[in-house]
Order: sequence, then structure tokens, then C-alpha cells
Amino acid sequence: MKAMVYRGPYKVRVEEKDIPRIEHPNDAIVRVTLAAICGSDLHLYHGMMPDTRVGMTFGHEFIGVVEEVGPSVQNLKRGDRVMVPFNVYCGSCYFCARGLYSNCHNVNPNATAVGGIYGYSHTCGGYDGGQSEFVRVPFADVGPSIIPDWLEDEDALLMTDALSTGYFGAQLGDISEGDTVIVFGAGPVGQYAAKSSWLMGAGRVIVIDHLEYRLEKARTFAHAETYNFAEYDDIVVEMKKQTDYLGADVVIDAVGAEADGNFTQHVTSAKFKLQGGSPVALNWGIDAVRKGGTISVVGAYGPMFSAVKFGDAMNKGLTLRMNQCPVKRQWPRLLEHIRNGYLKPNDIVTHRIPLEHIAEGYHIFSSKLDECIKPVIVPSAS
Amino acid sequence: MPGTPYLPSKPRSTPSSDELRARIPGWGADLDPKDRPSYPRERFDPGATGAHWEFPERQEEKWPRERSIEHEFLTPVFGTSTPPRGLSGALRKYAYATYSEGRAAHWLILMGADRVDAIESHLRSFATLRPDNPITETGVLSEFSRGGLSSRVGRKRVDMSHTWIDPILVAGPWVLAGVVLLRLGRRVSSARG
Ligand SMILES: NC(=O)c1ccc[n+]([C@@H]2O[C@H](COP(=O)([O-])OP(=O)(O)OC[C@H]3O[C@@H](n4cnc5c(N)ncnc54)[C@H](O)[C@@H]3O)[C@@H](O)[C@H]2O)c1
Ligand SMILES: [Zn+2]
Ligand SMILES: [Zn+2]
Repeated sequence: MKAMVYRGPYKVRVEEKDIPRIEHPNDAIVRVTLAAICGSDLHLYHGMMPDTRVGMTFGHEFIGVVEEVGPSVQNLKRGDRVMVPFNVYCGSCYFCARGLYSNCHNVNPNATAVGGIYGYSHTCGGYDGGQSEFVRVPFADVGPSIIPDWLEDEDALLMTDALSTGYFGAQLGDISEGDTVIVFGAGPVGQYAAKSSWLMGAGRVIVIDHLEYRLEKARTFAHAETYNFAEYDDIVVEMKKQTDYLGADVVIDAVGAEADGNFTQHVTSAKFKLQGGSPVALNWGIDAVRKGGTISVVGAYGPMFSAVKFGDAMNKGLTLRMNQCPVKRQWPRLLEHIRNGYLKPNDIVTHRIPLEHIAEGYHIFSSKLDECIKPVIVPSAS
Repeated sequence: MPGTPYLPSKPRSTPSSDELRARIPGWGADLDPKDRPSYPRERFDPGATGAHWEFPERQEEKWPRERSIEHEFLTPVFGTSTPPRGLSGALRKYAYATYSEGRAAHWLILMGADRVDAIESHLRSFATLRPDNPITETGVLSEFSRGGLSSRVGRKRVDMSHTWIDPILVAGPWVLAGVVLLRLGRRVSSARG
């Protein structure tokens, strides 16, 4: 089969690999029909995530058709169209039993601090991912769901990570009616977080980025007010002005480890890997939120330390809430919202790229060329 | 008269809920936290996941699987991508066996192993029919087909301040290796000549 393979920082290619095999009685093998590149993949691509091995296949957003199931699988059969949450999880450990699917303890020997994620380095369990023609899906009775007939493929694909994560990010903000919400980052996750903030009853939703074309999308897709931080000497002061000097009630960090806007922070993290992640957006958020406010962090950071302004967070009495998204928990409600027409997930898809050309896909998405917001990967067999 | 936050009132700039409900599809659909799927964060319901085991069956361990020393034992299920190999593999096994996740050394050695792995793998690839090709593998040709210039010039992108570092980080080692090889080659041929 053909699969994307990591060849070292900034380098990927397509290789011929063996089709994965059932390795556990509750495994399934899924033939991938659509995959996507996520902002999280960029952290791997840039070599920021420890224990990212040459030869690994990335990809944690994918849908497909069940090709084969292990002997203990009860809920799926060959031929089922499935969407697969980016979390690998057992469904039965202490954490899964409490709904913390992204924090499963039974699937990642490499680290206790993270759960399992498809195609996301050994630090997240060492699973090959779905930017490939086939993928091994552990715990087939737990993670995957059959795609409802009425749901379009690309919408199903986006439910496996970006959409669910944005929706989850808004929930972490504990938004009350009339709250002012600032979303840092107008990537896919930020777009969905902004859109979801309205569902929770936000009074104002402000999106911040430096890429004008993405801010444009935030205005049309997510009905947000937008600010380009490159246009302001100090974006935090501008946010204070815009909120009558109160600050926002809620800030959502949808940027994560490669946050830009401060040369030293960005370069020490993204280029020279001296920090777990650049906390520029997080620090702006700590400053821009009001005292007693809430910060929701869905942007991803590496396991090393980052220079976060913790003292301000403490003195302001902030609530910091964060996690990898427990994806499947979001689905029933999200499906209702899509059905009701409140959300059209694939409005943000800008590129559809054959798996063979995935190296260009990574470069375009990473370098933000050609107004790219969300690239979808199409395996040749599909 | 000053306004909020110097006074108890809320900001004046927020539109009313009725206005928002009329303007934004779905506004307030999840206003009640009980309708939010991740509220409360923890909800004990082991029957809800589809798992039909208390502890999963154990996947076969086909090679000594490296694991965090903060785990009591090898987790019942684990990924089997890219087993450790070469010097990078040795470094990785050492980092896992020696340091907990709380120690910087754990992560620094793993990061170091990643850099070693890239070098080892590039070298190994030269002994195959498909040597690494930094041009195709970086996808850099899309700079020409997908508006590398127009996507950057005349826009207020802040990443322009450090984009120049990327080619140096990526191509630098290749250029350096090329120069070293050329010098070596010359020396060998002049020693022979
Ligand atoms: N928690 C989860 O479960 C989860 C799931 C998916 C993605 N993520 C993380 O969410 C983050 C965003 O993902 P994405 O797919 O939208 O990525 P993306 O790279 O497309 O988007 C990031 C955006 O942030 C902008 N940005 C950079 N610095 C900024 C700053 N200082 N202030 C405001 N904006 C800034 C960038 O221009 C870009 O538009 C990533 O860190 C990703 O790893 C987390
Ligand atoms: Zn992701
Ligand atoms: Zn679990």
C-alpha cells in the first residue's frame, strides 16, 4: 500500500509499505477514503515533538471503510463506513470510564502524560496514522462510529478532530450568556472554536491572527470580529480598548506550540526546540482576559517546559482549562448541530490533494501558501 | 462618568441576546451547560464506551517495547510503528529506561535521538534504490506552483521575520555534507594522483 512517511524535519514522502495486520483481537483494519493534515501534524513535521521517528506514517484525521476485523470485534463489520476519532483509547481504564478518552492509560506505553493518538510520534504511543491507504484501528468497538448516511464525507472527516476540538475548546471556556470570547488563531481549530462560542451563548466573538485570508474566513464562516495582530504595536492593549478596558471573559488558545509574534519565543521553540512550545498566544491570552476569567487551551504544546507568564495567571485569579479533545464524546451533539444547519464543517476546506502529492500538501499548509486553511488528502485507492 | 470595569456594570459594547439569536444560526443552542457534551468534565459511565472487557486482552510484544518508567507495566495495547534501531534506537531505549517523564534529560535525549535518526536514515537511504531527495521531500517546488511569492509579498505576515531560517536549517546540513564529501574526494584523488 502507499503511505506517507516522515523522513526527518520538513521532509516527507510516499512509500510502499505492508498493509497493517490485526495485532489485537479488538483491532480493525480500515481502508482510508479521506484523510487530512492537521495543525498538530506541523509540530511533528517541524521536528518539535520528541520521539518522532523516521519511517512513521502521520495522520490522525481520517475516515474509511472497514476492511477486516479482529475476532473480538462486535460493533463493526467489513464494509462499514466509519469515522475514527483521533484518540486511540481502550474504553475501560480509570480515565476512559470517566469520559477522559484523550487521557487513556492503556494505549500509550511511552508516556503516562499523554493518551494515544494515531500517527503522532512515539510520545503518543507509536501508532502509524491514516495518511495512508490502510491503517490499524485498535479498539474497534470503542473508537470508530458508522458514518450516518446523511453526513457528507468531508464533514465526517472533520468530526474526527478539528471540528470536535474547536467545539470542545469553546466548552472549556465555560462561556456564559453574553460573554466576550477572544480566540487566538484562525486555523481550522480556531474557526470552529469561534463558531461554537456562539452556540454557547457568547455575546462577542473576536478572532486574532496575522493571516488576513484566514481572518476573512473567520468573519464569514464564524461571524467573528477580527484583528490582525501584525497591525498593532501591542495587540493586548487593543483588546483592552475593545472591551472597555475590562478584558475578555474567556480566551481560547487555538494556536499552540508554534505561536508567532515574538521572534525569540518562536525561534527558540519552533526552530531550535529549546522550549516545549512558544507561549506567545497563551501569554497574550493571560494578559487579555479579565481578572477571574477563563483560559481554554486547545493549542498543543510539547512535553518540555514553556516560558508561560504564570504569575499573572495566578494574580488575576484565572481558571486555566485544557486537554486533548475527547472526540467521540462530542459527536452526538455535534451531529445535531450539523443536521440543524448550525454548522457546515467543510466550508473551511481549501485544498484536496492526492496522497502521492502529500509533500507539497505539507509545504503549502505549513508555509500558509495559496490561502490554505484545511488540506484534505485523497488516497488513490479511494 | 467612567464605565466598567471601574464600575460594577458590564461592558456597553455587547449586543443583546435577541439581536444575536436573530443574526447567528444556532446562537445559544448550548446555553445550558447540561447540553454541552463535555460538561461536567468527568462523568463516570464505563458502560457508555462500547468496551466489553474490564481489562483489555494483551497485544503480543514482538520486540522489547520501550516504555515510560512511570508505567507499572507495558500497556495492553501499543503502537508497532518503527521499532528503535541504530544509534538513535540505543539513545531512545536509554532515555526511556533511565529517566521519568518529569526529567528534562528524558526529553532532551529523545530529541537528540530524533536528530541522529534523521542523519542515520539519510545515510541509509543512499544505500537504497531510493535515496532521500530534499527537493521532492520538502515539497518546496510548490513555492512556484502555489504562489510562494504572492502568498508572502505585500501581506503583513509576521513569520517573514524568520522564514529565512528554514532553508538554512533544512538545506544547510546537506550543503555542508556535500562540501565535505567534495573536499574528501579531491584529497583522495590528489593523494592517488
Ligand atoms: N487539543 C486538541 O485536541 C487539538 C486537536 C487538534 C489541534 N490541536 C492544536 O490546535 C492548534 C491549532 O490547530 P490548527 O489545525 O488550527 O493549526 P493552524 O496551524 O492551521 O492554525 C494556527 C493559526 O494560529 C496563527 N497564529 C500564530 N501565532 C499566533 C498568535 N500569536 N496569535 C494568534 N494567532 C496566531 C497562525 O497564523 C495560524 O493561522 C495546534 O497547536 C494544534 O496542534 C489541538
Ligand atoms: Zn489534530
Ligand atoms: Zn482507556
